[in-house]
Amino acid sequence: MSKTITIDGQVVPFEDGQTIMDAATAAGVYIPHLCHHPEYTPHGSCKLCTVKVNGRNCSACTFPALEGQEVLNDTPDLNADRQKITQMLFVEGNHFCPSCEKTGNCQLQGLAYHLNMLDNHFPHFYATRQVDASHPEVMIDHNRCIFCTLCVRASHETDGKDVFGISGRGLNKHLIINSPSGELKDTDISIDDAAVHICPTGAILIKRTGYQIPIGQRIYDHQQIDQVSLAREHHQDEQ
Amino acid sequence: MSNKIRVATTSLAGCFGCHMSFLDIDERMLQLAQVVEFDRSPITDIEHCTNCDIGLIEGGVCNSENVHVLREFRKNCKILVAVGACAINGGLPAMRNFIPLEDCLREAYFDGIGVENAQVPNDPELPLLLDKVHPIHEVVKIDYFLPGCPPSADVFWKFLTDLIEGREPSLPYELVHYD
Ligand code: SF4
Ligand code: FES
Repeated sequence: MSKTITIDGQVVPFEDGQTIMDAATAAGVYIPHLCHHPEYTPHGSCKLCTVKVNGRNCSACTFPALEGQEVLNDTPDLNADRQKITQMLFVEGNHFCPSCEKTGNCQLQGLAYHLNMLDNHFPHFYATRQVDASHPEVMIDHNRCIFCTLCVRASHETDGKDVFGISGRGLNKHLIINSPSGELKDTDISIDDAAVHICPTGAILIKRTGYQIPIGQRIYDHQQIDQVSLAREHHQDEQ
Repeated sequence: MSNKIRVATTSLAGCFGCHMSFLDIDERMLQLAQVVEFDRSPITDIEHCTNCDIGLIEGGVCNSENVHVLREFRKNCKILVAVGACAINGGLPAMRNFIPLEDCLREAYFDGIGVENAQVPNDPELPLLLDKVHPIHEVVKIDYFLPGCPPSADVFWKFLTDLIEGREPSLPYELVHYD
């Protein structure tokens, strides 16, 4: 007999070694997330996947599933917390959607829409961040980086290159580029790298590819991120 | 005095795009006019608002006059609404927040292409620029937010009809956009 947990009352089977996120995704249950990707080692930094496990808050992407856990996920309280976290991400960086090539296809935006986030609530930091457009094909707009480390993990785990890293703490935290000049043009990144395609926001972009999908046909124009995410990751899970 | 719902609107550091989008409710404007009366607004040219039910604010706050207008609206409107990206997060005007004000003025009035007779405009009637552009919720309390650049006509319609018909305003997924 397989082991099970419950998520919002629904019985969900799991295998030893799976996280709550893994078990949920396999069962077609969406738990909001930004820094999690089923192909990479969990990082547990964005906290959007926060669920209540037997009454305590845990990150679903890092917390192991254990027999008999009662997990709360899609509740008004947890979603309200998630909305606040998303608002913090919006005021910490500089997310001006109308001027971003990723708009309509951005996971940060898609999640905010899903959570019915209508304002940013907190005072804006307007932190000064740089744009690195030195590379002929790939650019980085640090204004939009949410430090999910997916590019760091993809570059290390898939591409075997270690092009990216995170440096500094708190307000000084920033994405760094592993090259003598600190610029993208002096790395061995290429547009085929997984790291170039993994960014959930518009921080890493491929040049000359923006705004190709008309409004109305973009990923999150009509479909919510829970459906999009499950369609992608549930499928990946089965492979 | 009529029993109509009094609505005031203004554009602060905005481009009037939100107002244009509001006008895109087209013939529904006639329906609206049966229950709503416009107070201070670019639609009426009334200069100051008095005892309004709803105030719609487009644009963030970029100069001293914006602050005064915003406070006048807060004082006179029962419900104050931030309309559009610029009112909510400063929007494109706030992209000057990363450049010192002096550099902005120098670029616009001295070093910019095609500038003749270079000088920073300093007529006493011109409102002074703020150091940074701010979202309006950082200055006064805001009751509701309508995101979008601009919010679509349907957003205005849904929000106003909800309010007028006594429902708590809400926007379904399809109407929530930041672009
Ligand atoms: S650049 Fe993108 S993928 Fe990399 S840490 Fe920032 S948000 Fe994440
Ligand atoms: S998805 Fe779990 S902490 Fe980010």
